Amino acid sequence: MKKVYVNEDWCLGCHLCEYTCAAANSGAPDMIKAFAGGKKPVSRIQIEESSTVNFAVQCRHCEAHPCVKGCIAGALSVQDGVIVCDEEKCVGCYTCVLSCPFGAIVIDEGGHKIRKCDLCTRNSQGEPACVKACPNNAIVFEER
Amino acid sequence: MAINYMNPLFEVVRDPDRCIKCRVCERQCANEVHHYDPDLDRMISDETTCVDCQRCVTLCPTRALKIRPNENQFRENGNWSQQIMDEVYKQAGSGGVLLSAMGNPREYPVYWDKILLNASQVTNPPIDPLREPMETKTFLGKKDQSISYDENGRPVFEKNPYLELDVPIMFSAMSFGSISKNAHESLARAAEELGTYYNTGEGGLHKDFYKYGANTICQVASGRFGVFKDYLDAGAAIEIKMGQGAKPGIGGHLPGMKINEEISKTRMIPKGTDAISPAPHHDIYSIEDLRQLVLSLKEATNWEKPVIVKIAAVHNVAAIASGIARSGADIIAIDGYRGGTGAAPTRIRDNVGIPIELALASVDQRLRDEGIRNNISIVVGGSVRCSADVVKAVALGADAVYIATAALLAMGCHLCRSCNTGKCNWGIATQRADLVKRLNPDIAYKRLVNLVHAWDHEIKEMMGGMGINSLESLRGNRLMLRGIGLTQKELDILGIMHAGE
Amino acid sequence: MNYVIIGNSAAAVGTIEGIRRIDKTGKITVISDESYHTYSRPLISYWLMGKVTDKNIYYRSPDFYEKNGVETMLGCRAAKIDAAAKSVVLTDGRTVPYDKLMVATGSKPFVPPMNGMDKVASCYTFMNYDSVKAIRSEIKEGAKVLIIGAGLIGLKAAEALNEYKADITVVDMADRILPSILDAQAGAIMKKHIESKGTKFILGTSVDEFSEHSAKLKNGDTVDFDMVIVAVGVRPNTELVSDAGGKVERGIICDLTQKTTLDSVYAAGDCTVSHDASSDSDKILALLPNAYMQGEVAGRNMAGAETMYLNAIPMNAIGFFGLHIITAGSYDGEEYVEENGNNYKKLVFRDGQLKGFILMGDVKRAGIYTSMIKERIDLGDVDIEMLKNHPQMMMFGKARREEKLGGIYR
Repeated sequence: MKKVYVNEDWCLGCHLCEYTCAAANSGAPDMIKAFAGGKKPVSRIQIEESSTVNFAVQCRHCEAHPCVKGCIAGALSVQDGVIVCDEEKCVGCYTCVLSCPFGAIVIDEGGHKIRKCDLCTRNSQGEPACVKACPNNAIVFEER
Repeated sequence: MAINYMNPLFEVVRDPDRCIKCRVCERQCANEVHHYDPDLDRMISDETTCVDCQRCVTLCPTRALKIRPNENQFRENGNWSQQIMDEVYKQAGSGGVLLSAMGNPREYPVYWDKILLNASQVTNPPIDPLREPMETKTFLGKKDQSISYDENGRPVFEKNPYLELDVPIMFSAMSFGSISKNAHESLARAAEELGTYYNTGEGGLHKDFYKYGANTICQVASGRFGVFKDYLDAGAAIEIKMGQGAKPGIGGHLPGMKINEEISKTRMIPKGTDAISPAPHHDIYSIEDLRQLVLSLKEATNWEKPVIVKIAAVHNVAAIASGIARSGADIIAIDGYRGGTGAAPTRIRDNVGIPIELALASVDQRLRDEGIRNNISIVVGGSVRCSADVVKAVALGADAVYIATAALLAMGCHLCRSCNTGKCNWGIATQRADLVKRLNPDIAYKRLVNLVHAWDHEIKEMMGGMGINSLESLRGNRLMLRGIGLTQKELDILGIMHAGE
Repeated sequence: MNYVIIGNSAAAVGTIEGIRRIDKTGKITVISDESYHTYSRPLISYWLMGKVTDKNIYYRSPDFYEKNGVETMLGCRAAKIDAAAKSVVLTDGRTVPYDKLMVATGSKPFVPPMNGMDKVASCYTFMNYDSVKAIRSEIKEGAKVLIIGAGLIGLKAAEALNEYKADITVVDMADRILPSILDAQAGAIMKKHIESKGTKFILGTSVDEFSEHSAKLKNGDTVDFDMVIVAVGVRPNTELVSDAGGKVERGIICDLTQKTTLDSVYAAGDCTVSHDASSDSDKILALLPNAYMQGEVAGRNMAGAETMYLNAIPMNAIGFFGLHIITAGSYDGEEYVEENGNNYKKLVFRDGQLKGFILMGDVKRAGIYTSMIKERIDLGDVDIEMLKNHPQMMMFGKARREEKLGGIYR
């Protein structure tokens, strides 16, 4: 299955992936509108930075998927290999945050529900927005 | 604090309706122009350090930024321009030589733009390069002087070393040090894929790039940095750098702060020491001395590699070229006064040397006149900007061209001309690890390949239009050229007729 | 193959999904004394608060049984397991034969004997859908509620009833709240937070005697109430297995494949004893993720696969009145503590490994810590400052990052 991979050798820590992800999943038609009026939609991809290394972390859509197994609301499920969250069912208990070994599940802006990468299968992006946004091909979407 | 007389050159224009305060500009600016103020909850600019590299503009996800010339102007003066005044202020403050980078930006005439190409109509039909074979392969080196035959009547060829180019375009010398390792890797990989050559410059060859040796020209410059047996053996050719178009008569100076571990190893000098290339080669004071070095290098590499001698285009370039053609060198590279550099004294860059178009025409003519044109191939550089420039250069007599500025542009350079600061935001002219990684060779090499492929297509189109199906038939074919808006003297030097003639 | 599952909650669903990964066709029968489609027990407090609708309390979609080829016997109670005959006998006398049996009977509320309990007009436990439905039908705005027990269940009940503007008093014998997951310091922060929302605590005492609408406490206080909720703890439902001769200690004893000591009988969930890898001891880990994962492993094994359930640890993610807690592992070892307002962090180290943690307030990316406990990561290769700072992949060496994140490296 094609997944998003990040090569830390080329990650600049520019955070464009985060902003693009947040905008792409905000429902707004463009980034300006997504952030208009001080809104801060959350990104499902997160940059980690140190003085020498940067990389982005997002859901690995792993085989073990402890998040899905632990979800108390049955909100998380695996669909065609992609771990997706039914945000209507999520109650924000954060058991998945507790379970995810990558720390890839993020808490929404209001602190009430979780958000997670679904490889942009549920928005209008076609392919993952972070991959398209990365200026240095540090993020790729490919079969491994 | 004393008054800073300097006027910021640029103005950062930020559209507050578009800015989402993502701070990408802040993170991407090595000059620290942008910063976020949490109290004001907005982005703030300090224009004094902006070099207009356009990195922030390019990466801004909402296109909220523009960099434009500072509208604040000193009182207009036809003689004392703002730039001249700024430079006076700067020197009055620093007491130092002004430094600049990249090629001469001043508005001298560009002869390429005053030359027009011919095309076939009716009598000599044009050729469609998409339908018919079209040859742009080029060989560089001495041509056979005579033909002899063996006892069976088969021709016997002289065994002169040569370079074989699939396209008449090579990447000219840029040292590891002046540009980043990733930039070097991009050039090397592109040269390999294109079937052409890139040039190490005077900085030696990084051990990781020996594998690209078949597409590498190894330069020997006055500083002799990184020159040793393995280095000479590694490349396909050796280039002796006598001069550089951006700074004829001047040596080079890579400051110690740029000499990191890898550059130190590659250049074979201690970490942190300045790498100073003397203005002259201290063993060359005549053509005879040059000949000794040419032959020594040939001897050192078993007479298997062509030797290039690179000079800057200066006033008596034709006479110098004539000497070089007799020195045993196989190729002469001539660098025009618009050639780029990582750092040069501004006054040298902007005032020394001559245009490559005129230098090429006079060298080619001089060598023909002396009957030694086949002794040597001519490669020209120093602002070859597009495929039309290549075609015009070949028609003026060049065997191939060197490009560097265009190559840098392909990799992302925006010609901000601040290479000398070492803070290239595009990851090209820098050694800072966080900046170097901005240039991903996987992307950059492909862009270089794309550029040269595109030019090659265009060269074939233009040749086809002239009814010419091989570069060899275009070479020195000045009938294909006409001048526009040139004086008779200029036309005479270029050896072309005026349009309409 | 004929699979029978007693129970219809997380462990049972785990079992069904585990079986179906291996065996797409075998017959599966679910026996449950509750008549609901499988629902999520931890959601009952959210349902009572109105945060979860009637539709969303269900743990799986309405077509779950159909899609997985499951026959249900809902509202039927298993009376005993006839291990010799390989059948389950129901209270109505019917028998259900099995080839492989799953006991996923969960636990029941523990209601200790208290003086005058029988006089209390309105007394509930807080354990299943029916109990919260009953509470909802009775609770009135501003009602006085006495909750016995300041544990996870009692406080979830308090949070839910706060939505009804109830006047809530929580009484617990212990001198702090949430002792099963929090230390005293974190407990104090949470207590203050909950108190700020209007809930009162009376700790270190218990009810001496109930009357119809008030309770006299051993410390002398009297608490008036309209409703009592008893949430002092739970007891595993182990009788089916113990009566059939299976080994039971505090809970049902299973091997690593989740098989009980009875032939072809498996067990999973809150009724079983688990091995806590963080403290290397056996205990009941009454957690939904644990129940599901045990069930899933059992299901695979019942269908013929050979998998083991390893690395179970205590872990909890829960929040009260918007203040979140994530905890995992054991708290026995060298401590690193940070406290800042409602944010609390405790990391516990032992034997050169992270063994446990408490995060309150800022719980972002806690799973990185959890995985370090489960995988017993040696801290020798970990940047300890980064570890202490916040959970991040950066603290690991490049090799582990590469393995975990699958980046490309040349």
